[in-house]
Amino acid sequence: MSIEVVHISKRFGTFAAVEDVSLRIETGELVGLLGPSGSGKTTLLRVIGGLDMPDSGSVAIDDVEVTGQGVRQRRVGFVFQHYALFRHLSVFDNVAFGLRVRPRSTRKSESEIRGRVQQLLDLVQLGFLADRYPAQLSGGQRQRVALARALAVEPRLLLLDEPFGALDAKVRKELRRWLRQLHAELRVTTVFVTHDQEEALELSDRVVIMNQGRLEQVGTPEQVYHAPSSLFVYQFLGEVNLFVGRVSGDKAYLGGMEVDLPNQAGAPADVARLFIRPHLLQVHAEPTTGAFRATVVRINRAGPSVKIELLAEWGDPVFVEMSPERCDQLKLARDAVVFISPQSHDLFVRE
Amino acid sequence: MTARRPLHEDGAGAPIRWALIACALVFLAAFLVVPLAAVISAAFEQGWRVYWDSVTEPDAQSAIRLTLLTALIVVPLNTVFGVAAAWAIAKFTFPGRTILITLIDLPFAVSPVISGFVFVLLFGANGLIGSWLAAHGMKIIFAFPGLVLTTLFVTAPFVARELIPLMQEQGPEIEEAAVALGASGWQTFWRITLPNIKWGLLYGVILLNARAIGEFGAVSVVSGHIRGETNTMPLHVEILYNEYNFTAAFAVASLLTLMAVVVLAAKSLIAWRTHAVLTTSARPGLAVSDIHR
Repeated sequence: MSIEVVHISKRFGTFAAVEDVSLRIETGELVGLLGPSGSGKTTLLRVIGGLDMPDSGSVAIDDVEVTGQGVRQRRVGFVFQHYALFRHLSVFDNVAFGLRVRPRSTRKSESEIRGRVQQLLDLVQLGFLADRYPAQLSGGQRQRVALARALAVEPRLLLLDEPFGALDAKVRKELRRWLRQLHAELRVTTVFVTHDQEEALELSDRVVIMNQGRLEQVGTPEQVYHAPSSLFVYQFLGEVNLFVGRVSGDKAYLGGMEVDLPNQAGAPADVARLFIRPHLLQVHAEPTTGAFRATVVRINRAGPSVKIELLAEWGDPVFVEMSPERCDQLKLARDAVVFISPQSHDLFVRE
Repeated sequence: MTARRPLHEDGAGAPIRWALIACALVFLAAFLVVPLAAVISAAFEQGWRVYWDSVTEPDAQSAIRLTLLTALIVVPLNTVFGVAAAWAIAKFTFPGRTILITLIDLPFAVSPVISGFVFVLLFGANGLIGSWLAAHGMKIIFAFPGLVLTTLFVTAPFVARELIPLMQEQGPEIEEAAVALGASGWQTFWRITLPNIKWGLLYGVILLNARAIGEFGAVSVVSGHIRGETNTMPLHVEILYNEYNFTAAFAVASLLTLMAVVVLAAKSLIAWRTHAVLTTSARPGLAVSDIHR
């Protein structure tokens, strides 16, 4: 089922949580709403689900307007950040809840309900925990019960609010992969909220990046990562080094760096801001043209690449990532003096 | 859920600890146990026979009946009010919410005697509504309706006060989840909200009941002290006492005390139970009976 959100705005008192957001999500898509806290992503999700009513704008599910409908009529599966499991009911009864509260005319028989619940518990691999209570489960298990409960009512959409927010890193990764598989199997249109860029980029078909209640960019993980449409998106999607300098002609001078600006659009300006991701900076042992001096502050070898924190000659911190081989080759150590030049760059703002 | 750890496991602060415990125990004995024992012993001073006669004579019986009847009306009404008010305050934001929170506390803030006078001013012979009521043959002050009204007023906060923090802590999420799964308002209340506030609610009802039975000040103002008609148990005790009929006074008082002790026992049982529910993860569902199956 597709979702169409048109010019949605929602205020809480004087705080504008969502401002004039329009978005279309196609049937079967898995979309991540990504943004820092307070960016309005959860509010947008709640508006789509019908838990919050927008001040203006409209929501359509499957091209039928549902703006005035409450969450009960919309038939959406909602998974809450803290699971919101019914702690006085067993896992089985939690999952069965949505089937048991149906009006008598559309309610299935108890044996059919039992069969369906068992099937769902097997789907989330928790069949053996049916008689337990939520307090007896681990975080990851609770999350999966919440998901099974939401799926029980055969929702038209699946909406997940920070689904892995409260879990530890290892479980997060497992559940992420598992959710991706589940989505491939069920093809339910799914929207999830996250503040974790890695999670959004890894899981989503498309990523919706929000900031201060507005949409910053919508696109595939590749698009938003490699072609960010704004400074905010660029900074939000990964570690970034910022250099401030002067522009003269088709060159920019930043510290000791000299950068060619072949086709940078825009009028010439005096001040330039250059953004370079850590893996796009090159480190040399000897001075080279266009390189600046820096001192190594910290080396972190944990992980597939080595992360190095340095202090530029003008006193700003600089972050560099390189392969362990290159690091060994350079014989980097604390307080070593090296020279850094940009491999490629993204110039964003001219002032 | 963290288990509470004693402050000084090594026993370093033992003298201070024992001194504090002794203080508390002496205080408890002097101000609670001794008076309680005095009531019982005074009640039985002239033997079982007199005790029995004192609590079965018609005026005493009438007072007992009146007290229980008042409680029977007040407790359900204020339970419903308390749950409704707590629900509204804890789960929704609406204009006037903070005023409502303040108003709920009002009966605790003013002296019960003042509460009684408010009702006399409103419904008394020269009161705002009183003359109209009198013209239509309705009597509220110095009659049973007045007792019920004042008791309702004085005991209004108990259930709401108990439930508001509990419901606020639980937040609106479980209800939202229930509604999102297709439950109606009633289904959500009966199947989700009520089972989750059950122990807190029961606790509130017990406190409410204790006060409804024992209220003196406000009831005294509106009752008119008509023997066999508008005398509740606490008022009856006072009358007997003023007539130097000490044994009878203490006999009725011992009944009130007995009710209080039963209520206290029930209260601590529930407190213990609630605590057990909150701290055991072994089988938390045990405490919640399956009222809907």
